[in-house]
Amino acid sequence: MDRVERPLSPHLQVYRPQITSVLSILHRATGAVLSLGVLILTYWLISIASGEAAYADVRALLGGGFFRLLYVGWCFCFFYHLANGIRHLVWDVGIGLERGQYQLSGWLVVGFALLASAIYSLAVIL
Amino acid sequence: MSLVSPLSRVLGLGSAKEGAEHWWAQRLTAVALIPLGLWFAFAIAGLPDLSYGSVVTFIRVPMNGILLVLTLVTLSYHSQLGVQVIVEDYVHGASVKVVTIVVLSFAHVAVAVAGIFAVMKVAFGAGV
Repeated sequence: MDRVERPLSPHLQVYRPQITSVLSILHRATGAVLSLGVLILTYWLISIASGEAAYADVRALLGGGFFRLLYVGWCFCFFYHLANGIRHLVWDVGIGLERGQYQLSGWLVVGFALLASAIYSLAVIL
Repeated sequence: MSLVSPLSRVLGLGSAKEGAEHWWAQRLTAVALIPLGLWFAFAIAGLPDLSYGSVVTFIRVPMNGILLVLTLVTLSYHSQLGVQVIVEDYVHGASVKVVTIVVLSFAHVAVAVAGIFAVMKVAFGAGV
């Protein structure tokens, strides 16, 4: 059967950005960034297992200013993905799906992520 | 041209009869990662200088080693499930898609094994 070349959904670019769609794609993006962070975490663990000299080199590299800036970004990704992930789990049991509710929870997630990552960055990373 | 209606074509091919396991595993690992992720964030915060001695001492505490391994297993699995969905959605072309998913699956297992091995080597090692 010939396949008709119909437009494929969703055509993201024709929609006005909304809190729901922006946070949805941000959840994916932060998840992908956090996946890359697992590589740094594993590299760090292997350096510990490789002995004190190896760890000193890696510590100097991963403790540098460039990486500290990256950790601030990862920190936001972590707290955002954590909070929005909980939001998704609450939706999965059927709660918070009304219009006002998912908009409010979305802004709460953004506020929490900014606040928590700011506090953690200032207290631990920087 | 085939006389098979679009509906019949879809019903004949059907779904892949899978997907629920993926969905469930993603949720269960997500639930597990809430306490594990928070524990890890606070644990790192409690090691301010991250010196070799303090890090090794931390990993040698049995509960910390256990929680680290649990975190690595859960994190890798959750990451694999999430990255797979991203590839399925954005990588086009069946063969490229399958190869990418296979490579990422291998990478996730390799990274998880490397991290767990490192934790165990430190946890079971003698001396500092």
